[in-house]
Amino acid sequence: MSSIPAQAPIPMLSLLQMQRFPRTVVVLTVALLFGGGGLMMHAESQAQVLGLLAGFIVVFALADRTAFGREVSAICSDYGGFANTTAFVCALAVVTAFHNEHYTLLMLSTVALFATACIGLNLQLAFAGIANFAGAAFFVIGSYTAAVLTAYAALPHLLILAVGGIVAGAVGVILLLPVLRTRGHYAALVTIAFGLLLRSLLEVNDSFGGPQGMKIKGFSLFGLNFNRVSSLGSWDASFYLPYAVLAIGLFAMAFTLMRRIERSWIGIALDTVRSDEPAASVFGLSIARWKVVAFLIGNMVIGVAGALYGMMNGFVTPNGAGLGDSLLMLSIIVLGGLGNFWGAVVAAMVILVIPEKLQAIQEYRLLIFALLVLCILLFRPSGILPRPLRDLSRFAGQSGERP
Amino acid sequence: MSAALLRCGGLTMRFDGLVALDGLDIEVGKGETVGLVGPNGSGKTTFFNVVTGLYRPSAGSVRLDDLDLFAKPPQTIGRAGVARTFQRSRLMLDQCVFDNIAVGALCRLDLGMWTSLFRRKRWRGELDAMIDRARQLARRFNPAIADRLFQPAGAFTMIDRRRIEICRALIGSPRLLLLDEPSAGMTHDETRQLMDDLLAFRSEMPDLAVVLVEHEMDVIRRVSDRCVVLNFGRKIFEGTFDALIADPDVQTAYLGASQ
Repeated sequence: MSSIPAQAPIPMLSLLQMQRFPRTVVVLTVALLFGGGGLMMHAESQAQVLGLLAGFIVVFALADRTAFGREVSAICSDYGGFANTTAFVCALAVVTAFHNEHYTLLMLSTVALFATACIGLNLQLAFAGIANFAGAAFFVIGSYTAAVLTAYAALPHLLILAVGGIVAGAVGVILLLPVLRTRGHYAALVTIAFGLLLRSLLEVNDSFGGPQGMKIKGFSLFGLNFNRVSSLGSWDASFYLPYAVLAIGLFAMAFTLMRRIERSWIGIALDTVRSDEPAASVFGLSIARWKVVAFLIGNMVIGVAGALYGMMNGFVTPNGAGLGDSLLMLSIIVLGGLGNFWGAVVAAMVILVIPEKLQAIQEYRLLIFALLVLCILLFRPSGILPRPLRDLSRFAGQSGERP
Repeated sequence: MSAALLRCGGLTMRFDGLVALDGLDIEVGKGETVGLVGPNGSGKTTFFNVVTGLYRPSAGSVRLDDLDLFAKPPQTIGRAGVARTFQRSRLMLDQCVFDNIAVGALCRLDLGMWTSLFRRKRWRGELDAMIDRARQLARRFNPAIADRLFQPAGAFTMIDRRRIEICRALIGSPRLLLLDEPSAGMTHDETRQLMDDLLAFRSEMPDLAVVLVEHEMDVIRRVSDRCVVLNFGRKIFEGTFDALIADPDVQTAYLGASQ
């Protein structure tokens, strides 16, 4: 007997017979979305930006409201693994297409790195239920670690990224340990206080550059200094090109690891700890252990993303550690859909790219975010892309039973 | 009754001034079903919370076989083989039935980070075994649950959710099962179905000790071997169901003293 219950036949079978070419459907859908996203980051005129924005809204509405759209979404989620691989290929294709566009690639890398940090934040909030109001602070800890290490130590830069993560993770654990025995919102309060304190501390402490912050050397890998890149073979290339590729790689890595955590016993343990502490403890799960694990891994991911972001920008200031930026990160994951990693990418586009592009709204960006988050909470509480149901039956049996 | 599995002696639980359990002595033998009865607020659920470690008792002793479980953390007690259901259903309604049932066995599975991230083959092996067990267990209660193991628990009726909760408690092969008002919020027919379920799995697990809190006297009469009645945290009666019905103290506790 197959381990998967027979799926209900889709009503209104489309004329296109899409189920017969599922992979084609997936490739076309993902390519459309990433092509649109790439154009959005590249677009310069207001008309282009507004047109693309309208296009995206139409596509999302179609996916949500029409039988055709729902069928396409269903195919894409059935072929989730293939869709993810396609997405990474498409992201790299976008990078190639804009290989000499500094600004577009900077946008793209920024989105990729913030989305990476938001994967960490998602692990903390959407799975373990820890509200981290210091996301930006841990991000900046990563950047400062990179600044100090590139200046004073001759470590390979990949290792520096890892150390950035470890430092952020360790600071987070020290912060969380005292409040583990408490229930409710103490952890959230402690993170708010920590973000504010860190910012003040960095501002007054001259060994970290004071309010001006610190310069950070560019990333170099196996002798290739990213900041000096100007061509790739016979092509002109922006020096942001290698950063974009690395940022996408980082996102892919964080994405894969977190997906595996989600789809394992640990994922179930975290969900239990979040949704029902008494039940979790009666069934032998240690609340403290799982909260620490989620907070540690989440902050490590944020710290690594922060370290690369700092090296890409070439500097870091204490301003970035403030509450405002942390709230921005939280609004990205709420807007995108708690627990949906692709949702964070879409929301990072909405929050980071669109205001850059639409000069008209730039002054009102905070106001618009507030309205946007309110609208999402009112009309679509689970976010732009809701968290998918964890269906472990897809891993059941000796593979091959299902594509 | 052979040597008792659960032995509670002089168990006392005080909340500031309120004495919720007052020197309670309860023993439950291997394979025995004890019905725990009493008016609202008499300390039945408190007793469960103390035995499972959610409350820290003020005095007394709790032993499971030769293990001392007095004032131990709930995790230790759960791992020692005590499982329970809750009065108000505590399932993750937006998660699959399978995930909910698996919670009951998580602490016996490989929760290591390394296995979860990089030894997926090993994990898949465990997963296959767990799915088989969950399906077998669910089938005993209702084949429809076994067939819909990967649908959200929220899509099921009240009685099926209660069954899922019992499966979650049973999947870790506990030695002692505490059922807190399994019939709460159910219709008469559903209560009867659930009772049949309880008797059925009871006969398949002859060694399991069960304590059942219930207001439906029908359920108590059919399912339990022995009854204990609590009132204001004290044991006021212990014996068979027929004796319980005739006992004047119990009648007073439930109906008030006759003039």
